[in-house]
Amino acid sequence: MSKSERPSQLFRNLNAKIASIPMILTALVIFVGGSAWTVLYSFTSSKLLPRLNFVGLDQYYRLWSVPRWLVSIENLLIYGVLSLLFSLVIGFLLAALLDQKIRFEDTFRTIFLYPFALSFIVTGLVWQWLLNPEFGVQAVVRSLGWESFSFNPLYDSSIVIYGILIAALWQGTGLIMCLMLAGLRGIDEDIWKAARVDGIPTWKTYLFIIIPMMRPVFITTLVIIAAGIVKIYDLVVAQTSGGPGIASEVPAKYVYDYMFFAQNLGQGFAASTMMLLSVIIVIVPWAYLEFGGKKRV
Amino acid sequence: MSDHTVSLPAGPGTLEAYGPSGPKPRHMFSRRNIFLYGTLIVVALYYLLPLYVMVVTSLKGMPEIRLGNIFSPPMEITFEPWVKAWSSACTGLNCDGLSRGFWNSVRITIPSVILSIALASVNGYALANWRFKGADTFFIILIVGAFIPYQVMIYPIVIILREVGLYGSLSGLVIVHSIFGMPILTLLFRNYFTSMPEELFRAARVDGAGFWGIYFRIMLPMSLPIFVVAIILQVTGIWNDFLFGVVYTRPDTYPMTVQLNNIVNSVQGVKEYNVNMAATILTGLVPLIVYFLSGKLFVRGIAAGAVKG
Repeated sequence: MSKSERPSQLFRNLNAKIASIPMILTALVIFVGGSAWTVLYSFTSSKLLPRLNFVGLDQYYRLWSVPRWLVSIENLLIYGVLSLLFSLVIGFLLAALLDQKIRFEDTFRTIFLYPFALSFIVTGLVWQWLLNPEFGVQAVVRSLGWESFSFNPLYDSSIVIYGILIAALWQGTGLIMCLMLAGLRGIDEDIWKAARVDGIPTWKTYLFIIIPMMRPVFITTLVIIAAGIVKIYDLVVAQTSGGPGIASEVPAKYVYDYMFFAQNLGQGFAASTMMLLSVIIVIVPWAYLEFGGKKRV
Repeated sequence: MSDHTVSLPAGPGTLEAYGPSGPKPRHMFSRRNIFLYGTLIVVALYYLLPLYVMVVTSLKGMPEIRLGNIFSPPMEITFEPWVKAWSSACTGLNCDGLSRGFWNSVRITIPSVILSIALASVNGYALANWRFKGADTFFIILIVGAFIPYQVMIYPIVIILREVGLYGSLSGLVIVHSIFGMPILTLLFRNYFTSMPEELFRAARVDGAGFWGIYFRIMLPMSLPIFVVAIILQVTGIWNDFLFGVVYTRPDTYPMTVQLNNIVNSVQGVKEYNVNMAATILTGLVPLIVYFLSGKLFVRGIAAGAVKG
């Protein structure tokens, strides 16, 4: 930790440098190098093997004319907006309910959070079974006498993405609840006392005092949800395999299928570069707000 | 804000320290309480329903599934589907059940957890106590890199692993898990070690202890809780991984999640929903056990994993 200059700079702190080699390699070779490599090769006409014959933006023009990619983007947008909205609302409401000095708080929290321990594959398969039109929820409601009841998202291409959304919310809202609960617990009890003395109703206190105070928590949560949305893959593979037809395709699945099945690497690279771009659009403004200006408390 | 201080207070001890907000509870059966507990119980039932249906379905025979509804408890409990899921369910031509995937997952998870935590803890320690020029730059790249979609880096890693002859092997996948576990684990350990009293480190330095001496004799014994958090985080994360498994292994080395998906979504043969659900529970069992045993530490792990910076 000494700040004094010594002659051999390279060998100072040698053990620490050796210990950091894996991190340095990961950061430079995989994260920077790998991303740059993929972006570079997205401008080539690579098919089965990566080749450096540049074709400019051809892969991107093709990408944005493939119906499957357009469906993937549309699905990602619908899924993204709705899952962001519902995760925040449900997560916050559950946290607010748990924050009412209730009994069995631990039990309830354990129940709301357990799906988060399960993988997307398990989640997708369970909901595939629950939403099975012959045996699942639809069949049960019909057998209760409501013959015309129809809820068959997994085989109806216009609503299949909502079937996936239901499963994703079941799996992920527990985490959001936990983050929100931590945020609520961080708020000074005096705020509540003051609001009560002034006779402000509870819901108004939440809406106009507590939520604005929790801004940092909301922003962090937003980034976490957004980063997760772009990555959605396993859930779709397990629940619908992209079907019916191409109705529930997502970008991550497009990338995988073009790289490892269609043997059209260039398309896969172009699609994954688009994914990278979308993450940058989300992360850069956030990083700028969070770390760029002067640090908020 | 350092990460390890983000713990979710719950339980009698911490409750007093933070103090829950909201109005004070009044009578036991006030309208407010009925609404509050009513809502919570309904929501809790909704969250439990899929687990219940999974268990119930896996204990029924196929004729009963075809006749009855998925929510009714089994009339005749049978463990046949569990046995079949474990030892003879088919994926394509292979019919040796999930057991192969289970043991593959064990052989992937254990070394990955050990390697990733070993690398990240030493690394976090170096970043916290032995800063050298440029270290923070690499660390920032690492943290920003955690947001890059994996799809962007998948193929370059395939090439690297192919070059060193590890593509398709379990060791290759272990390396991949260690790489992608590094950002969050390094952050976790760096923040933990940073928060430890500086005097401890100084005193050890004065006594002549070096880099490894301080790590093994002072830091390691004092940071068991954070190691437990890291283990929980990694065991569930690696066990639940699907993408890396499907990209970097071959059919005979597929982890459990990949094999499960192949069994359930295989198009051949008659669908045996009870076997599928038994297989699904079996795959979810390891992370569920970890979750229920670890309790608050799990929450602490994901909070640390989620709240960055």
